[in-house]
Amino acid sequence: MDFDLTPDEERFRDEVRAFNAEHLPSVAERRKLGPGFLVQWWRLIRERRWVGFQWPKDCGGSGGSIMEQYVLKQEMLAAEAPALGRDYTGLGWVGPAIIQFGNDEQKKRYLPDILDSESAWCTGYSEPNIGSDLAGLQCRAVCDGDDYVVNGQKVWISLAHVGTGIYTMVRTKPDAPKHEGISCLLIDLKSPGIEVRPIESFPGDHFAHLYNEVSFRNVRVPAANRVGEDGQGWDIICSALQNERSGIAEVNRHHKALDRLIKLARNARIGGKPALGNGNLRRKLASFDARIEAARLNGLRNLTQQVHHQNRDSDASINKLHNCNLLVEMSETGMELLGGGSPYVGDTEASVYRGKWQIGALGWPTTVIGGGTANIQKNIIAERMLGLPKD
Amino acid sequence: MNFGFSEEQDLLRSSVRRFLDERCPLEEVRRLSETSPGYCEAQWAELAALGWLGLTIPEAYGGAGLGWVDLIVVLEETGRSLFPSPLLGHVLCSTAITELGNPVQQERWLPGLAAGSCIGSVALIEESDLSAPEGTQLRGVPVDGGYELSGQKRLVPDPETAGLFIVSFCTGDAPDDIALAVVDAQSTLVSAKSFPMIDATKRMGNIELNAVVVKNEDILATGAEAVTRLLDAGALAVTAECSGAVDAAIKMTARYACDRLQFGRPIGQYQGVKHPLAEMYVDLESFRSLLYYAAWCRDTGHEDRSRYASLAKAYATDAFIRTGLDSIQLHGAAGFTTACDIQLYFKRSKWARPMFGDADFHYERVLELRGV
Repeated sequence: MDFDLTPDEERFRDEVRAFNAEHLPSVAERRKLGPGFLVQWWRLIRERRWVGFQWPKDCGGSGGSIMEQYVLKQEMLAAEAPALGRDYTGLGWVGPAIIQFGNDEQKKRYLPDILDSESAWCTGYSEPNIGSDLAGLQCRAVCDGDDYVVNGQKVWISLAHVGTGIYTMVRTKPDAPKHEGISCLLIDLKSPGIEVRPIESFPGDHFAHLYNEVSFRNVRVPAANRVGEDGQGWDIICSALQNERSGIAEVNRHHKALDRLIKLARNARIGGKPALGNGNLRRKLASFDARIEAARLNGLRNLTQQVHHQNRDSDASINKLHNCNLLVEMSETGMELLGGGSPYVGDTEASVYRGKWQIGALGWPTTVIGGGTANIQKNIIAERMLGLPKD
Repeated sequence: MNFGFSEEQDLLRSSVRRFLDERCPLEEVRRLSETSPGYCEAQWAELAALGWLGLTIPEAYGGAGLGWVDLIVVLEETGRSLFPSPLLGHVLCSTAITELGNPVQQERWLPGLAAGSCIGSVALIEESDLSAPEGTQLRGVPVDGGYELSGQKRLVPDPETAGLFIVSFCTGDAPDDIALAVVDAQSTLVSAKSFPMIDATKRMGNIELNAVVVKNEDILATGAEAVTRLLDAGALAVTAECSGAVDAAIKMTARYACDRLQFGRPIGQYQGVKHPLAEMYVDLESFRSLLYYAAWCRDTGHEDRSRYASLAKAYATDAFIRTGLDSIQLHGAAGFTTACDIQLYFKRSKWARPMFGDADFHYERVLELRGV
């Protein structure tokens, strides 16, 4: 057991620090520079091959190790740097799926755009009748010459209104067992027959437009856009969900939220008395601290297991549960501390602190439901780690 | 960076587990808990021969010279097996002398502790229950060449078995006027008493000091920092025992949920059973990460070692209490019977709660350490 960085890891950390010192302006300056800064930032880190850092070199990445990737992320988070590339979904799981399951032609065609922050992929999993039971998806794709013809509906598609393509799970073999009849298609969002409609969520205007419904009516997709074999979709989903659920980056966000909560508590009163004298609140704050640290250290344990190829996929579920519980409980505690200011919304004198806590208290389902509900995570843990029987 | 145990540590774990599975399965634990010393002297001698009693004692004094990351591996296993023995107090006594004693003191006491011929314990807690230097009110009255101590210590592990106690006492009125001394239990001026426990596998009680004189050469260290250091070790040791015990309780309950049929299927198929088990597991893995990191911090002298000891003990205490309650409930009425082993773990959770600070104490300390 050794939590210190090795000399090589330290050298790499210093390299990242030096780069940030030279190329990353302060948050205030960045705001002045506007969107032009982001474009320049993405170009600079791309030149450095820090976008897709862990991707193999022949796929345009750096072939970086798990630990180097960790060091890079930590340094960027510490410097409050923007994301390591624009195409979050492309870098997170569409690109990795193409690298793992795709052919050379697909790698040449899609990976450079992801790395160059040109593309913006969306994920087409959920359907109106399909949520937690993802393997039951019904969106159909039928072979017709060199094309698939896709018909069906996908929902909860983040950013489809500004996206370039949709990585879509479709049913190609309706007679096969449900897990074996799914395939993965990469579909251009400009294809004829696709319609994107916004889904209104309850935070309403106080939350940026995020989710959409995407319908496919006789959309023709070249068969060459299928990633992996016909029927291999479920393997791709399982691999991708691990990438989606395993982020340890959330811990930095939670630490900052706890700092803000403590700051809020210093100026708040409970029952007319200073809030920080309240035993119940103190116990809550300390328990947040313990759980954030536990999540951080669970993440580090998981990294070590990955290095030794002993990765257990339920570790990602453990992290997701912690992240979700912390998010909800901390924002609710913030609301309690706002007291009479808490029912107001928007940036007004009544809502205090520009209505930021209220937005958190409304927006949590994005994180908590997205990527699998808490109940599903608990099923995964109980079945895979404790050997309990499936339903 | 590497957050894993070494091959040697994995080997140590499997050796300890094999020994305890073979020599002290739960039937034997139940039998021993009804005997008078509460443990098996032959097993204790075997632990010594295997080198596990002196794990963190320097090699020069007959120990293995290892660290706390190694020690918690052993304590997780003794916790898993509910192994009845004076090991917990013994390793804390050894830790105090190893970390705080001078070479003369180490030479005097450590070889006996490593060999197991002398059993050590710690007497640090008093009426306030505070697992902090401020909790010590016992006043040392200066006498020629030392101090005279009269008063009571409580929550002392294995008071009637131990031959040596590490005792804290005040030497003045300032917060730093506090000392740790080694007290010989053979003295007629020391009386020890165990009391019946909810967890019959543990022996705990009071020691009474009646004008015991500790000489200057018996004093290991002075200052609040030394006492805190030892109390932090206590919190870590108990957390390690919790880790093994919670793991065992979860596995035992999961097995029951797979075997027990109701409405024609194993109860483990119901989410009402699955989910509490999953929550217990999440908590276990989480306080384990805190525990392992805290042990590493202790071994490396990390500035945050007290913070992580507190985070680990606080989280573990709550998690163990919840696991105890939920695992009884998931066993249904069977869980209430003496015959069912799960009750042994439930009872162990009642022992662990106040030992070296409960969750309230440690959570409060976490906030104080970060200036809140």
